[in-house]
Amino acid sequence: MSFVIASTLDDALSAVAAGARPVAGGSDLVVAARHGKAPLPDSIVAIDRLTELAGVTTTADGIRIGALTTHAVLMTDPAIIASCTGLADACALVGSPATRNVGTIGGNVMNSSPAMDTGAPLLALGATVELRSAAGTRVLPIADLWTGPGRTSAAADELCTAVLVPAVPDRTGSAYVRLEYRRAMEIAVVGAGAAVTLSADGTIERIAVALTAVAPTIIALDALDGIAIGNVADEDLLAGIAAIAAEQASPISDLRASDRYRRHCIGVMARRAVEAAVRRAGGEAIPVPVNRAYGIGAAR
Amino acid sequence: MSTHDITLTVNGIDYPVAIETGRNLVSVLRQEIGLTGTKEGCDDCECGACMVLLDGQPVNSCSYLAAQAQGRAITTIEGVMTGETLHPLQQNLLDEGGVQCGFCTPGMIMSATALLARNPSPTEEDIRIGLSGNLCRCTGYAKIIAAVQRTAVGGE
Repeated sequence: MSFVIASTLDDALSAVAAGARPVAGGSDLVVAARHGKAPLPDSIVAIDRLTELAGVTTTADGIRIGALTTHAVLMTDPAIIASCTGLADACALVGSPATRNVGTIGGNVMNSSPAMDTGAPLLALGATVELRSAAGTRVLPIADLWTGPGRTSAAADELCTAVLVPAVPDRTGSAYVRLEYRRAMEIAVVGAGAAVTLSADGTIERIAVALTAVAPTIIALDALDGIAIGNVADEDLLAGIAAIAAEQASPISDLRASDRYRRHCIGVMARRAVEAAVRRAGGEAIPVPVNRAYGIGAAR
Repeated sequence: MSTHDITLTVNGIDYPVAIETGRNLVSVLRQEIGLTGTKEGCDDCECGACMVLLDGQPVNSCSYLAAQAQGRAITTIEGVMTGETLHPLQQNLLDEGGVQCGFCTPGMIMSATALLARNPSPTEEDIRIGLSGNLCRCTGYAKIIAAVQRTAVGGE
């Protein structure tokens, strides 16, 4: 078994090209090994010292989140809270303070869990992922990254270097909510992320909703525009969105919930995510995370 | 499995150790360095008994590679006291009755000291979130939270 600590991005890319698996916080790779789910890889390259891959930068196109940015940073970063509020909601729900200190956005999206909390808000916000190899850099829509549970379209020699979120228009709000049985160290039973842009008259101009833990990957809802665009988020519309979410979900039964329970609850989560996103788009400051502000999930 | 010669800096002291590459930090702290205050509970990143500080931030040492901790400042429960004097939080845990079997206590103290370092006057909710990665099966948490509140600036 070999282990190296990369001190430059080029070192890391060479190691990955030679077959090493990257480790940042280890909250998936090492935990899976302790758990007996998958042994540690034969060759590991630690990338956690590559400071150029950490941090949030506002660019002309939107927000660039370095792959090594932790959940703890994202849940409190002012730029993220201002324009990617749903992502801050999600990061604040991940694990415990210790998990959030080591867990990174790059590790999270590359682990491709259908239950990852950060996935739905990123998909709803139209995020893309930057992958780099010794041969070059490419950027792909985040939906094209996830091909199945634990599987991505990234080549073996590609390293995720950043997650990019496009700039959002004025009067845009986003939110993420999840059903949970406890308030910490929890994995979403189901969850939903929404991003909504309102017109000056308060009707919906743009809407995207994505779902957590109801399909082999995080999925985006189709065919929302027909019922939502030009309308206000009233009871009829929210009920319609709940019905579409329940219909497009394809949940499984496992130890956390039955498929029927998930199908019902995903509708509830989808409408709550949209409602919170609309309120934020209208200028209301709902604190991060919405789960606590709304009292969703586990009571204290 | 190949062996690595590394140096870990624990509570300000450098410890050279020769370890297999995949060893987790808690096993090296306990078995190679002999600091047994850090406990191994679930070994699965759930319970927080193994909590240590890495550059001041709480980390589950059961699920962190020892080799990856090179060059970072590791703080364990043994580094919390000043000489023979208990840390105020340790004394307050004893005074409040926040220690029963004691197995979770080192991890609780590491999470709580990190919380108090970044937020010297936490609310009860802040404390509950700060300790949310630490399980206790004895106390029901109320007395642990009271001890942290008493340690906070403006507490008592």
